Amino acid sequence: MSESQWMEIGALADIPPRGARVVRTELGDIAVFRAADDAVFALDDRCPHQGGPLSQGMVLGHRVACPLHNWQIELGSGEAVAPDEGCTRRHPVRVEDGRVYLAPDTGGAAEAARSVETES
Amino acid sequence: MRERLVLVGNGMAGVRTLEELLKLAPDRYDITVFGAEPHPNYNRILLSPVLSGEKTPEEIVLNGRDWYESHGITLHTGAPVTTLDRARRRVVAADGTEAGYDRLLLATGSRPVRLPIPGSDLDGVVTFRDIADVESMVAASAKGRRAAVIGGGLLGLEAAHGLRERGMEVTVVHLADHLMERQLDAEAGGMLQQSMAERGIAFELSAKTEAVLGEEAVSGIRLADGRTLEADLVVMAAGIQPEKSLAEASGLHCERGVVVGDTMQTFDPRVYAVGECVQHRGATYGLVAPLFEQAKVAANHLAELGSGRYEGSVTSTKLKVSGIDLFSAGDFEGDEDTESMVLHDAASGIYKKLVVRDNRIEGAVLFGDTIDGSWYFELLRDGTDISDMRDQLLFGQAHVGDAGHGEGGRVAVMADETEICGCNGVCKGDITKAITEKGLFTLDEVRAHTKASASCGSCTGLVESLLAFTVGEGYDETPRKKAVCGCTDYSHDEVRAAIRDHALKSIPEVMHFLEWKNEDGCTKCRPALNYYLLCEWPGEYADDPASRFINERAHANIQKDGTYSVVPRIWGGVTSPAELRAIAEVAEKYEVPTVKFTGGQRIDLLGVTKEDLPHVWADLNAAGFVSGHAYGKAVRTVKTCVGQEWCRFGVQDSTNLGIELEHMAWGAWTPHKVKLAVSGCPRNCAESTIKDLGVVAVESGWELHVAGNGGTKVRAADFLTRVDTAEEVKEYTAAFLQLYREQAHYLERTAHWVERVGLAAVRERVVDDAETRRALADRFAHSQGYAQNDPWRAHAESGDQRSYIPIKEVTA
Ligand SMILES: Cc1cc2nc3c(=O)[nH]c(=O)nc-3n(C[C@H](O)[C@H](O)[C@H](O)COP(=O)(O)OP(=O)(O)OC[C@H]3O[C@@H](n4cnc5c(N)ncnc54)[C@H](O)[C@@H]3O)c2cc1C
Ligand code: SF4
Ligand code: SF4
Ligand code: FES
Repeated sequence: MSESQWMEIGALADIPPRGARVVRTELGDIAVFRAADDAVFALDDRCPHQGGPLSQGMVLGHRVACPLHNWQIELGSGEAVAPDEGCTRRHPVRVEDGRVYLAPDTGGAAEAARSVETES
Repeated sequence: MRERLVLVGNGMAGVRTLEELLKLAPDRYDITVFGAEPHPNYNRILLSPVLSGEKTPEEIVLNGRDWYESHGITLHTGAPVTTLDRARRRVVAADGTEAGYDRLLLATGSRPVRLPIPGSDLDGVVTFRDIADVESMVAASAKGRRAAVIGGGLLGLEAAHGLRERGMEVTVVHLADHLMERQLDAEAGGMLQQSMAERGIAFELSAKTEAVLGEEAVSGIRLADGRTLEADLVVMAAGIQPEKSLAEASGLHCERGVVVGDTMQTFDPRVYAVGECVQHRGATYGLVAPLFEQAKVAANHLAELGSGRYEGSVTSTKLKVSGIDLFSAGDFEGDEDTESMVLHDAASGIYKKLVVRDNRIEGAVLFGDTIDGSWYFELLRDGTDISDMRDQLLFGQAHVGDAGHGEGGRVAVMADETEICGCNGVCKGDITKAITEKGLFTLDEVRAHTKASASCGSCTGLVESLLAFTVGEGYDETPRKKAVCGCTDYSHDEVRAAIRDHALKSIPEVMHFLEWKNEDGCTKCRPALNYYLLCEWPGEYADDPASRFINERAHANIQKDGTYSVVPRIWGGVTSPAELRAIAEVAEKYEVPTVKFTGGQRIDLLGVTKEDLPHVWADLNAAGFVSGHAYGKAVRTVKTCVGQEWCRFGVQDSTNLGIELEHMAWGAWTPHKVKLAVSGCPRNCAESTIKDLGVVAVESGWELHVAGNGGTKVRAADFLTRVDTAEEVKEYTAAFLQLYREQAHYLERTAHWVERVGLAAVRERVVDDAETRRALADRFAHSQGYAQNDPWRAHAESGDQRSYIPIKEVTA
């Protein structure tokens, strides 16, 4: 298991509604999304398909559409919406008093970001 | 002085040749047209529906008198040419009108045969060839009760049907033992006869008409076996003969028709001939498809391009009697070396016969179900080897090939590794596997699962046929009315109408009003709605960046590695040392890895990181550049050639006009990308004819071409009109762009839009009706007042650049 450490990354207002911002870490960028209902999610900023920057995608409900080939990724689980198959790593994130806190998941690195076979 | 071209015969082939010629060389000739009929050019084919009352004569006019006027063509109607003097190179009409020519085009068509029998010139005996004939038949049907039609070919049957529809009792008298014996075998001929008999038409087959009876007016006909039939109207539809009398009298070499070579030239090099009057390689034609091919070739040579050759045509026939489906092509009888494949379903009235020689289709007759006619015709013409699809062939293309995109039968014989979707690199095997394993039934499902045909869409036909081929009967054809996306059942047009009629002014309002099924929409509908609102309420609607794709949000093109490309606007493609220096400095300062010229004469800085974007823009802004919108569904570039200022061929200042057009049109959001071009002469170095709107200078003004594009599937632009001045070019361009903005579906290129609504509908608003044109241009200008803000400057100058930089950087 990896160590998670909560850190404050900024104000909720710094993330555009239906948009995302990036947290730059040594293990790669993490995209922090803000949905229309102000729910906040964090995923690796890498699409399970070909690594597209998810932070640049269109946020639709609790999904994001990758800007490169339009795969849809569930913000809650990081999983690609069928028929596409794949998963991107999640990171714990929460909002308190209008501030956003993130606990980057530093474990498992590459492997966890690889696609997970789903039942079909 | 311009050369003089005279056309004799104001019919379908002759005028088509002029149309083709005007496209190629609008200013080459002073054109004069002589027509024997008192009408402008009309669609002769549609005389049948006029006779049956389904259409009016006005509705079948192809080129009204205004067309001749607007092209500066002198038209003499009701003026049959009676003398052709080739030595003096002039023609004289019956009314004495004369015209000299440098080139002459003969297109006198055919003359219907009047049988050489007693009484054939009585009052009440008519042929079926022109409007006058139809008028007399209509008049006769109002007075008389009975009609006899002599001839059971295509024309006779269409005449019989029309007269029956007008309430007459009709008998068809036919010499052969079955109908349309030149196109149908006995089986199909019999089925046709039965269908027409069910409509109340009587038949006398193997019957020879010996005389027309009557004193002054006709009262009946007498058959060779001695029987008589009563009739108040007799229609002779017993064949046609090429109308070559004028040519023959002038000493031109004629056989059955006016003899021409592959360039449609007669034995007199100044005289060309096209249409039913000609004989080419021993053949004469009586259908329009081959005549239109001839027209193209003749026009090419009249324009002195000298590249076309006509090599003869294979023709196919359809009968235009509503409710009867009949198709025939090629040799449908066969001989001892051919085999016939026949499907005969008497219960449902379907008959299909294919004549095959050495595994190639030589002829086809279809009755009752003609859907596959064009496919068989294509296989026939291409000489496709059908051995691999033999057992499926008669069941039709849906069981074998693709859905009518001309690649008939291909999918069936393709290997699994063959790539179907070039854009997404999807092979046949991937698609069939997805269809069978995941149980897919619709095109959308296949798109979703495999991405095949999800991009440029040019392989849609192949994918659909693969689907049809793989799942057979269960295949759901794409419904006619297309919903915007899965979030709604409404079509693009319905959504736009709702926005307008109910004054909906935001995306949530639209979604709420139209009961969107997904609260937040999807990547298809959100950008579309954002555009529709922007277009409908300029200045009022506040753009929603969250509903735009990243390129339009970041005002730069995202590349596959997540960096961006930056293209500054270079007006008309004309730049200066100072500008180039500024770009060079930006490229060095931000270590831009690749600097490249785009296809539209602009400079592309590739590989800029998102964080650098605002800085790059600020530096470019400082040097006077604005965004080139290379990333948007927007007006992109106006490509120009050097034109009159430098080029020895240039006839107009194309460069300047291009710059002016770009200043007028930049910044406009459009349903899809829009590219313009201006060339300084018909050599067309700026490739204007593959642009959404292309301008080509001619000596007397400017030609406008629309709805072309390069890309996956090249489409040459359609000629819209010619105008005199640069100001007019601007007004027409603004009007065209605005009409496109208002009518096209989001993500529909001008080519698809024009194909959907028809060029005529566009012409009507942009060319024919000055008031509508001005109103469109005004609306464009109004909306440009809000759109022409450089987004780069706006972003670079705004204090808020949060969206370009990380919210936080974490170092361990
Ligand atoms: C009722 C009907 C239905 C048809 N249906 C079909 C169909 O379904 N499909 C199909 O492909 N084809 C069909 N056709 C055939 C088609 O209409 C002709 O092939 C086509 O019109 C021939 O074109 P053209 O220019 O050679 O001759 P036309 O269109 O006949 O034009 C020749 C013109 O020249 C004029 N002319 C002749 N001599 C002179 C002179 N000396 N001076 C001045 N003018 C002269 C004639 O009056 C005529 O207007 C049909 C024809 C008819 C009559
Ligand atoms: S289109 Fe004509 S004017 Fe323009 S560069 Fe070519 S030849 Fe010269
Ligand atoms: S730039 Fe255009 S043609 Fe070239 S690879 Fe990309 S999509 Fe294909
Ligand atoms: S990289 Fe995300 S869809 Fe292709």
